[in-house]
Amino acid sequence: MDLAFTPEEQKFSDEVRAFVRANLATDIRDKVKNGKHLIRDDYMRWQQALGKQGWLVYTWPKKHGGPGFTPAERYIFENICAEEYAPGIIPFGTKMVGPVIYTFGNDEQKAKYLEPIRKSTVWWCQGYSEPGSGSDLASLRTKAEKQGDHYIVNGSKTWNTMGHWADWIFCLVRTDPKAKPQEGISFLLIDMKTPGITVKPIIMADGGHEVNEVFFDNVKVPLTNLIGKENEGWTCAKFLLANERLGIAAVPQSKRGVAALKDIARAEQDNGKPLIENQSFAEKIADLEIQVTALEYTELRVLSSMAHGGQPGPEVSGLKVRGSEIQQRITELTMEAVGEYAAPYLPGLLWQGSNEEPVGPAYAHLAAPRYFNTRKTTIYGGSNEIQKGIISKMVLGL
Amino acid sequence: MDLSLSDEQKQLQDAAERFVRDKYAFENRRKIAATEKGWLTENWAQMAELGWLGMAFSEEDGGYGGGPIETMIVMEQFGKGLVLEPFLPTVVLGGGMIAKAGSKAQKEALLPPMIEGKKQFAFAWLERQSRYNLADVSLKATKEGNGWSLSGHKGVVYNAPSADHIIVLARTSGSAREEKGLTLFVVDAKAKGITRRDYPTQDALRASELTFDKVSVGADAVLGKVDDAFGVVEDAVDHAIVALCAEATGCMDAINAATLEYIKTRKQFGVPIGKFQVLQHRMVDCFTNAQEARSMTLMASLKIDDKDSVVRRKAASGAKVQIGKSGKFCGQSAVQMHGGMGVTDELSVSHYFKRLTMIDLMFGNQQHHLTRYSNLAMAA
Repeated sequence: MDLAFTPEEQKFSDEVRAFVRANLATDIRDKVKNGKHLIRDDYMRWQQALGKQGWLVYTWPKKHGGPGFTPAERYIFENICAEEYAPGIIPFGTKMVGPVIYTFGNDEQKAKYLEPIRKSTVWWCQGYSEPGSGSDLASLRTKAEKQGDHYIVNGSKTWNTMGHWADWIFCLVRTDPKAKPQEGISFLLIDMKTPGITVKPIIMADGGHEVNEVFFDNVKVPLTNLIGKENEGWTCAKFLLANERLGIAAVPQSKRGVAALKDIARAEQDNGKPLIENQSFAEKIADLEIQVTALEYTELRVLSSMAHGGQPGPEVSGLKVRGSEIQQRITELTMEAVGEYAAPYLPGLLWQGSNEEPVGPAYAHLAAPRYFNTRKTTIYGGSNEIQKGIISKMVLGL
Repeated sequence: MDLSLSDEQKQLQDAAERFVRDKYAFENRRKIAATEKGWLTENWAQMAELGWLGMAFSEEDGGYGGGPIETMIVMEQFGKGLVLEPFLPTVVLGGGMIAKAGSKAQKEALLPPMIEGKKQFAFAWLERQSRYNLADVSLKATKEGNGWSLSGHKGVVYNAPSADHIIVLARTSGSAREEKGLTLFVVDAKAKGITRRDYPTQDALRASELTFDKVSVGADAVLGKVDDAFGVVEDAVDHAIVALCAEATGCMDAINAATLEYIKTRKQFGVPIGKFQVLQHRMVDCFTNAQEARSMTLMASLKIDDKDSVVRRKAASGAKVQIGKSGKFCGQSAVQMHGGMGVTDELSVSHYFKRLTMIDLMFGNQQHHLTRYSNLAMAA
C-alpha cells in the first residue's frame, strides 16, 4: 500500500496541469473562479480543447476512442481540472449517452454518434424524468408508436438540464404500454431540431434558468435511432444511472469549495478579528473538511479496487448521498460566513461583463443563491431517499 | 397561569388571518413583490386603519396599549402570507426605539403619523465589518455647531428606499466595538449628503447601502442620550428578534402545511409518497420543530418586557436559536420532500424557505445567539 503517486503518475500530473494552464482560456477560468454564469460557448471551447487532446471522454476505454486512464489518472485529471478552475465537463454526452452507445449501440450508431461526443461538436441532453415520474422513473408515460420506418413520440420530459442549448436528446420512452413498467421502455435518440419539440424553461428558486420541460408533439424519430433492443431500454437506463453515480460525489469540487470557504472566513470580520479565528466557526469548517476527507478516501478505495479489476462494491453506494450532503454543507457554511451581506439579491452580477457593483465583498452575492440552488443535489440523480432505499435493499439485503 | 388568547387578541388574530387570506394569496404576493417599492400603499393604509401600527404603543404615545403578544399575533400571520409591508423596520424597530428613548417632542412628531400610516422608518446599524456585534459601529457623528455631522457607511438597511426617516446608529465617542459612545440619530431620509444604493433582497424585501457624507443634523435629531444608545438598541433589536421569531413560526406552519398536502397527493410507485415511512418520520420532525419554535416564541414574547435584562436577553437569544434550528429543518425538509418542485420559483415552498433562511441571518444567526445565550446562562 502506498499513498504516494508513482513517478509515472507524477509525470502525468505535471502534464495535465501544463495542458490545462496552456489551453483553458483566461476568460473562462475567471468566470469559474468568480462564480459567474457560463454560456454554451464557454463549455464548448473548453471541451473542444480537451477533445483535441483526447481527454474529453477521460472515462472511456481505448477501444472506443478514450484515453484509457487508470483510476489514479482519472483522479489526478479530475482534481487538477478543479484546482485550475476548469468548467465541469457536461456529462450528458461524455458520461451518459456515450457509454450507452458504445455498450449497446450497433456499429453504424457508434460510427455516427461517438466521434462528435469525443470532440464536443454536439451537445446532448437527457430526457428521463417526467412530471409524474421522478423517483419512480419506470412509471414514465412518454410514448413512442411505430409508424412505418419511424416512431411517433408524444409526451413530456422535465428537469431537463441545459436542453435549451442541446442538439440532441436521449430519451426513455414507452414502446409497449401493456408490459410491466420496466419492460415496455426503449432508449431513443432524438434530434432536438425535429418538428414538434418545444423547450420551456423552469425558473429555479435562485432566479436562474438551467432546467426545462420538453414537450413532444407527434415527433417523428427514425427507427434507426433506437439504441439496443425495443422494450429493453431499462437495461440502458440502469447502466447509465450506475455510471452517473460515480463522479457525482464531486470530491474535487468540494475540496475547492472548502478552500474558498476558508478564504472567505479569513476575509470576514468577527469582533475585530478574522472569522476563521472564531472557534465555533473554525470547528464547523474542520468538521466539514474531515467529512470531505472521508469521502475522498472512500472514492480512492473504490478507484483502487477497480484498478485491480474489482467492481465498485457497497462503498460506492453512499458516495452520492454523502457527496451531495457535503456540497450542501459547504454552501450553508459559506452563507453563514457572509452573514447579513448574503441578503442583497443581485442576479445581474452573475454575468461576466455586468457593470453592476457588488454590495459588500465580491463573493457575498453568490452565497445565498448557491445555498438555495444546491438543495437540488440531494434530489437529482435519484433522491437520497431513493439511494438509501437501494443501499438497504441491494447492499444490506433488507 | 393562562396561555390562551383574550377575546380581543382572538379578534386581532382573526383580522390578521383575514388580511393575509384576502391580500396575500401566493400569486398576489408575487405581484406585490414585483412592484417598484415592493409593498402596497393600500395595504399599509389598511394596517393603520385596523390599528396594527399602533397596537403595541401606550395610549399616552397615541397607541392602543397592547404589547409583544399583539405583535406576535400579527407577525405570525404575516409569516403565513410572507407579507412584504415594512412592519418590522417601521413599527417594531423605529417606533419601538422612539417610544423607548424619544423626547416628548420627538414622540409627538413621529409616533402619531407612524400609527396613522403616514411615516415609515428604517434602522441603519449594520456596517461592513459588524457581523452581529451591535456595538461594532464606526460611522462617526461629530459635533458641528449646535448639531452634528454624520459620515460613514451603513449596509443592508431594510426599508431605506421607502423610509421617511432613517434611524442611524453612530459612534460619538469611544473606540471600535465599545458599547459606550454610541448615539442614535433620527435623520430625514432625504437629507443632503446621503447616497443610497437600493436593491431587492433574496426574500423580495427592499434594502439599501447608505453612504453618509457630512450629513448635518440638529441637536434635536439625537434619539435618547448621547453616547448611551447601546441599551436602547439592544432592547429594540431583542424585540425585533422576538417579532421575527413569530413571523418564522407562521412561515413554518405554512411550509409544513404545504408539504403535508404535497406528500398526501404526490404519487410515486402507485401510492402517495406520504405512505413511505422515511417521509412520515421527517414530516413528524417538521411538526415537532414547528411546535418547539412556537413555544419558544411564546415564551420570549411573554418575557421580552421583563424587568431583568438578563431574562430579556436570554429569552430573545433562546428563541432565535430555536427558530434558526427549526426554520432550517422545516425549510430544507420541505424542499427535499417536494423534490424538484421544491427548488423552483413556481411553488411557494422555495419562497418560505428563502424567508426562513434570511430570518436566521438577521440580527444574529443560530450560532451567534447560542454563544450569547451560553454566556448569559453560565454567568448567572
